[in-house]
Amino acid sequence: MTLVDIRGSDLEPWHARAGRTFSEFAESRVAMAALGLIVLLLVLAVLAPWVAPQNPYDLSQLSIMDNKLPPLSRGFSGQLYLLGTDDQGRDMLSAIIFGLRLSLTVAIVATATALVLGACVGLLAAYAGGRVDAVLMRIVDIQLSFPAILIALILVAILGKGVDKVVIALISVQWAYYARTIRGSALVERRREYIEAARGLALPHWRVAFRHLLPNAFPPLIVVATVQVAHAIALEATLSFLGLGVPITEPSLGLLIANGYAYMMSGSYWIAFYPGIALLVAIAAINLVGDRLGEVLNPRLAR
Amino acid sequence: MSIIALAGVSKRFVKPLDLAARAANLFGAGLHDVVINAVDGVSLSLDEGEVVGLVGESGCGKSTLGRIIAGLIPPSEGTVTFRGRPLAELAAGPGRDALLKIQMIFQDPMASLNPRMRVQDIVGEAPVVHGIVTRAELARYVDALLARVGLDADYKRRYPHQFSGGQRARIGIARALAVKPDFLVCDESVASLDVSIKAQVLNLFMQLRADLGLTYLFISHDLGVVEHISDRTVIMYLGRLVEIAPTDELFRAPNHPYTQALLANVPRLEARKHRFEAVKGEIPSPLDPPPGCHFHPRCPFAFDRCRNERPALKEIAPDRWSACHLNDAA
Amino acid sequence: MMVLAVENLKTHFFTRGGVIKAVDGVSLRIARGEVLGLVGESGSGKTVTGWSILGLLDPPGRIVDGSIRLNGEELVGAPQERLRAHRGRDVAMIFQDPMMTLNPVLRIDTQMIEAITAHEKVSQRAARARAAAALAAVGIASAQDRLRAYPHQFSGGMRQRVAIAIALLHRPQLLIADEPTTALDVTIQAQILAEVQALCAESGTALIWITHDLAVVAGLADRIAVMYAGRIVEEGPVDAVFAQPLHPYTRGLIGSIPRHGQRGAPLVQIPGMPPSLAQLPPGCAFAPRCPRADEACAAMPAMADHGQGRAARCWHPHIPSEAAA
Repeated sequence: MTLVDIRGSDLEPWHARAGRTFSEFAESRVAMAALGLIVLLLVLAVLAPWVAPQNPYDLSQLSIMDNKLPPLSRGFSGQLYLLGTDDQGRDMLSAIIFGLRLSLTVAIVATATALVLGACVGLLAAYAGGRVDAVLMRIVDIQLSFPAILIALILVAILGKGVDKVVIALISVQWAYYARTIRGSALVERRREYIEAARGLALPHWRVAFRHLLPNAFPPLIVVATVQVAHAIALEATLSFLGLGVPITEPSLGLLIANGYAYMMSGSYWIAFYPGIALLVAIAAINLVGDRLGEVLNPRLAR
Repeated sequence: MSIIALAGVSKRFVKPLDLAARAANLFGAGLHDVVINAVDGVSLSLDEGEVVGLVGESGCGKSTLGRIIAGLIPPSEGTVTFRGRPLAELAAGPGRDALLKIQMIFQDPMASLNPRMRVQDIVGEAPVVHGIVTRAELARYVDALLARVGLDADYKRRYPHQFSGGQRARIGIARALAVKPDFLVCDESVASLDVSIKAQVLNLFMQLRADLGLTYLFISHDLGVVEHISDRTVIMYLGRLVEIAPTDELFRAPNHPYTQALLANVPRLEARKHRFEAVKGEIPSPLDPPPGCHFHPRCPFAFDRCRNERPALKEIAPDRWSACHLNDAA
Repeated sequence: MMVLAVENLKTHFFTRGGVIKAVDGVSLRIARGEVLGLVGESGSGKTVTGWSILGLLDPPGRIVDGSIRLNGEELVGAPQERLRAHRGRDVAMIFQDPMMTLNPVLRIDTQMIEAITAHEKVSQRAARARAAAALAAVGIASAQDRLRAYPHQFSGGMRQRVAIAIALLHRPQLLIADEPTTALDVTIQAQILAEVQALCAESGTALIWITHDLAVVAGLADRIAVMYAGRIVEEGPVDAVFAQPLHPYTRGLIGSIPRHGQRGAPLVQIPGMPPSLAQLPPGCAFAPRCPRADEACAAMPAMADHGQGRAARCWHPHIPSEAAA
């Protein structure tokens, strides 16, 4: 028996393939800049207690005398407020960093949980087929036909305010997207011969669904999830702006904007403006990265 | 000694009318469900240790029949028995592992391997799950299997896309062998391979048969391959078996007009430049097969009875079966 | 006069992963009415050769060297309008997948009339009549009615016939067929082969039949050219090449096809795999798999003439005068 010499056409281990994907991603300078920005924001968010000049939640550090100072002004004790202060004397830069931390945490946690939940539902629908599929997808359809903000408002009205309630509301809004997306790609994969082969090997159903079907149906979700983080941030900001989201003691970017909104016309624009810019930058960067990721991953999916 | 026996196996694929069509029917539209008789009343017996070639063109149902035998889809009618016990009974009861004795080798070596699993897992997953080997013994077991199919065990941590077509075909074979089958259904397993690789894989099949005492059902549209590897050959047309015979006899003296046409139409290496003459007509769609004998519109010898009556598969000589009214006249 | 004379054609693909030398020095000639079988496995470069002749290459591929003369006119480097003028009129191509020729959203008559009027000024009615005649010539019954159908309403074999009809509308001098029957059933393949054979004989069209199926070439072609890793390794009249293949690859290829009367015997197998076209060895590309290879094979052999129209690119060909090796 002759041993065959292996020289495949693209002979590369998985980590090189990921590297190749990344280098293709990197060809877009805009996307790379956006990615850099996101990394920066994440670092800031994680290291907030050490990076921010001041802890805006620590009332003992605030000085009401320093309130509504414009950007680049010095405070009573001589500290430089890069982006000014708000009506309570909080340093805006610190408030934004901590606000970013909260916004990103809420969005990522909600997205991740919704992803897991939606993926399970969608996978079950695709694998079981028939009536189970029909019922689950009708629930998904109903869910998706409601505007996200409406569902969120209703849930918050029922459950009350608070960070955890906001996360629950975000999860309820998002899971349906993942369910639908993964059901679509799982339906395609389910017809493929390797699934037939797995069934032919008499492997138990759960194993076929999670070990064989899921890893192959998953890639479209990466792109959806990336963009959904941005949606989640925006939705949470909306809720908080309306006063229905996070409590005043832990302001997210949305709440900061709401807070500063009253002062927009009276000249202290920076109290709402800079949190707004931060929100805009975060969402735009995530969307850009998500777009580029979608471009790069897509032709590969077809392969 | 019969290892697999089919009795009156049929498979129908039905696309039922949807709500709109059923509403139209209330108004007398006269629509009916779309029914495809992919397999129509097939009875066949395979003996242990033999290689049976199943030949037919598109729409003849050979792939569907292969999957029914492999236990991947249930028949609409009829029974499939493995060593005397019906497959349906085996699937339901604790003898589920008996299903592992019948394995399928698929056509497309890329699509039949999970692109996100390493080769060692593709081959090694099922034996561990079914307790054929323990986790401790698995590595050595997989290495031995890969060596048996002619692959270098050093590459077992790689993914399918890193291998060539022929190598992937071998991985598929190793996966099937891992659960210690007795019977293999090879569904066009060499069709997508290059000529020189095809020869390697065919030689491998023959070697495995000699070494492991396997029985094969070799499904192919390539008559040359079937002639080379099979002991007996079965010809299928539009869901029905039309001829069964030992390979040498079938190729020497085909009985059924369709078999004759098929053999006359196959390009042969030995033939030199000649005028191609073909059987007329298109292969009918399985959605709307001709009545009576399915082949009659294209058959040069068709007569009245062929249009109305389905010919039964009759034994016309020891071990030779043919479904043609012409044999009755003789 | 040769309808087509290709000299030292080189077509390379400049990809991110390196330069892929799909065609690396291919020369062939075909005379009026002749049938040439271009044979090779996947990666041999046979399809890219066909595409290069028609100028259908897209970046990152391009012709880097060589000449392609159609009736004496040089095609390499010619402007797109010249190539377009030739395509469909003097040289036509049919593909493995007829849907590469047929537009799924247009009716057959629209497409055929378009093909006719692209090269000739004729009235709609005359064009339609010609289209119907062309369909009838390829064996499609009730051609007038079938003209109004869409491609998806035809079976695979019929679509291929329509593609052939379109290709032969202007009675081109050269027809290049790239594996047109590979995906078709045996009986339908036989029909198509019969049609093509008859049509080419009748109109004197030269035919290049690209395939991996040696048996088809045996029955159809006058001459055969075998390709391996972007080069032609053997060519000659079909009878002679099949009876006494010179190149070890040709010999291996013929031996690996199951033959009548050898049931159960192991097939000749060529060990190893075709090389990656991005990493070709410097000498003979077949040497790593060749039972006759030695140090001489580290240098690329030239195409050596063996008389009677036969040639082989090998330092150690199987010369018939030697004892059967």
